[in-house]
Amino acid sequence: MTPSTMDKLGIGDDKVYGVIGEFSEPHDLVEAGRKIRGMGYTKLDAMTPFPVHGIDDAIGVPSSKLGWIVVCFTILGAATAQGLMYWVGAVNYPLVIGGKPLFDVSYSIPVTFELAVLFSAFAAFLGMWAINGLPRLYHPSMCYKNSHRASDDRFLLVIEADDPMFEPAKSADHLRGVGAAEVEVVEG
Amino acid sequence: MSVVEQHPALMEVNPPLIRAKDYHDLTEQISVITEGDVLKTPLKYWITLSITGGVTALLGAMLTFLVWNGIGVWGNNRPVGWAWDITNFVFWIGIGHAGTLISAILFLFRQKWRTSINRSAEAMTLFAVMCAGVFPLFHTGRPWRAYWLFPIPNTDLNLWQNFRSPLIWDVFAVSTYLTVSALFWFTGLVPDLATLRDRAVTRTKQVVFGILSLGWRGSARHWRNYEMSYLILAAISTPLVLSVHSIVSFDFATSVIPGWHTTIFPPYFVAGAIFSGFACVMTLLIIARWALNLHNIITMKHLENMNKIILVTGSIVGYAYATEFFIAWYSGNTYERYAFLNRAMGPYWWAYWTMVTCNVISPQFFWFKKLRTSIPVMFVLSITTNIGMWFERFVIIVTSLHRDFLPSSWGYFKPTWVDMCTFAGTIGLFLTLFLLFARFLPMIAMSEVKGVLAHQKGAFKNQEVVSK
Repeated sequence: MTPSTMDKLGIGDDKVYGVIGEFSEPHDLVEAGRKIRGMGYTKLDAMTPFPVHGIDDAIGVPSSKLGWIVVCFTILGAATAQGLMYWVGAVNYPLVIGGKPLFDVSYSIPVTFELAVLFSAFAAFLGMWAINGLPRLYHPSMCYKNSHRASDDRFLLVIEADDPMFEPAKSADHLRGVGAAEVEVVEG
Repeated sequence: MSVVEQHPALMEVNPPLIRAKDYHDLTEQISVITEGDVLKTPLKYWITLSITGGVTALLGAMLTFLVWNGIGVWGNNRPVGWAWDITNFVFWIGIGHAGTLISAILFLFRQKWRTSINRSAEAMTLFAVMCAGVFPLFHTGRPWRAYWLFPIPNTDLNLWQNFRSPLIWDVFAVSTYLTVSALFWFTGLVPDLATLRDRAVTRTKQVVFGILSLGWRGSARHWRNYEMSYLILAAISTPLVLSVHSIVSFDFATSVIPGWHTTIFPPYFVAGAIFSGFACVMTLLIIARWALNLHNIITMKHLENMNKIILVTGSIVGYAYATEFFIAWYSGNTYERYAFLNRAMGPYWWAYWTMVTCNVISPQFFWFKKLRTSIPVMFVLSITTNIGMWFERFVIIVTSLHRDFLPSSWGYFKPTWVDMCTFAGTIGLFLTLFLLFARFLPMIAMSEVKGVLAHQKGAFKNQEVVSK
């Protein structure tokens, strides 16, 4: 692995990922997130065992673009189905069955619907993982001593090292100041 | 201490949906089932699994026997060309519908109680659709040619599929349904697999759950896309589930057979599917709740809500039976009238009246709160409902076919022992898969139930303020 990739992935001895503090209730996390963002931090993240409502606004998580991707694939799925049935029935191998037209919108509705749904489902599923950059089995945040509790009962607030205002000691103090417990500077 | 704990009377007025001390307690209650040492699993589990596994082996034997000898080993023949195979297919597909209803439709309606039961109901959907697939696949006689069902260019058939036929619509509907259900189920499972990864103590578990959880870390950015994805999957699954049984009903409704050729079929099939599916979820959950000690998470409120849905859909099904009879009379069509009178009073009268007793009469007991909240009553009624719904498909398929337009073609269908053992085998397959799932994967959606718990805690906080 080249040093630049390692740097990008946040792996290596010299790389600081950020500072993490933990909270035990979701509303405390949202409150703290809002205060930290108010101090001028921009590169924030949170790690929670379930989606915490209100955290998106508090720490400035951009809205999801997944919907647009899915809409495109829905249309693509419907078009594929129509194209397939037209080409198969009326172009490639025209065969009169029961005197029915070689192609007609009416009888093509069920398959068109199903393929539109199938394409949308794959877009919603694969698109979500792609946008999230997963699967990625390692992440520097996993070096935090209590990271395993972020999938159990702790709500972690992260100030990432990329933040222009980030200074390990000072940012840690800021997190403590808003009520975080177990604050730690995490190295990747 | 919350006000509810201080005053037990409040529990009655506003019982909590789930009972857990905190988030960690909830994680423990659910994870502990999957985390126990495999060798220390109670003996009763292994005994049950070996029985269901044996029945699954019977399925394998029957299918091998069928492939070896040809489909003549089944009882369907002229004039009853579709019999147990398609009855079982429609039965299993119908069972699956409750899972999608719980996971998708109740999600869109913001029904919080769904979170305790959606994971197992979705798993049930997957397993039921797999069982359903066995029948049309083997009814083709040459299952190794099954790819002819899909528009895959090939040199051995040299033909395309006939898209004017509802049977090909069915192929698309069922395969899409299975795929989308699997994607939806796995999406929901990932955060819980991450929880199991973080709790894993052995190397094997760390690696297995580490890979399966795809590196999920619960980042707020990830949750935002995740929730959007979940919402989209729910939004497309909702019309999908309605379409699947509608398309299954087209297999019958687009034909010219009296008793099949009716426009009521799509809604009537969908209601019946949800009815039978909820009954099956009920049967499985009552057993799981008892065997795995899930009383705190699957509470009486969940069971009661499900019984209410069974009551509603059962009544819709009963109404549909009445409408069918009315339309047969009102149509003035002799064949149509005969088909329905023959259903109730012909040679298959016993099947018809079993169906009516189980589907129309028995769910009506759920009007009474006392019966709706009694575990033995709901267990028995969930089983009679499934018997009734199996008979509904049998009645629709077999009674409509056994009287042809020409009396010289009339016949009487009798299942063979292969028919019976194959159906029993799919029940074995279904239960085996469900037992494995309940033991090795989190049966309750932890991340979703925690969200409900957070909400519940908030609600209790307000009560405290009011009481002060």
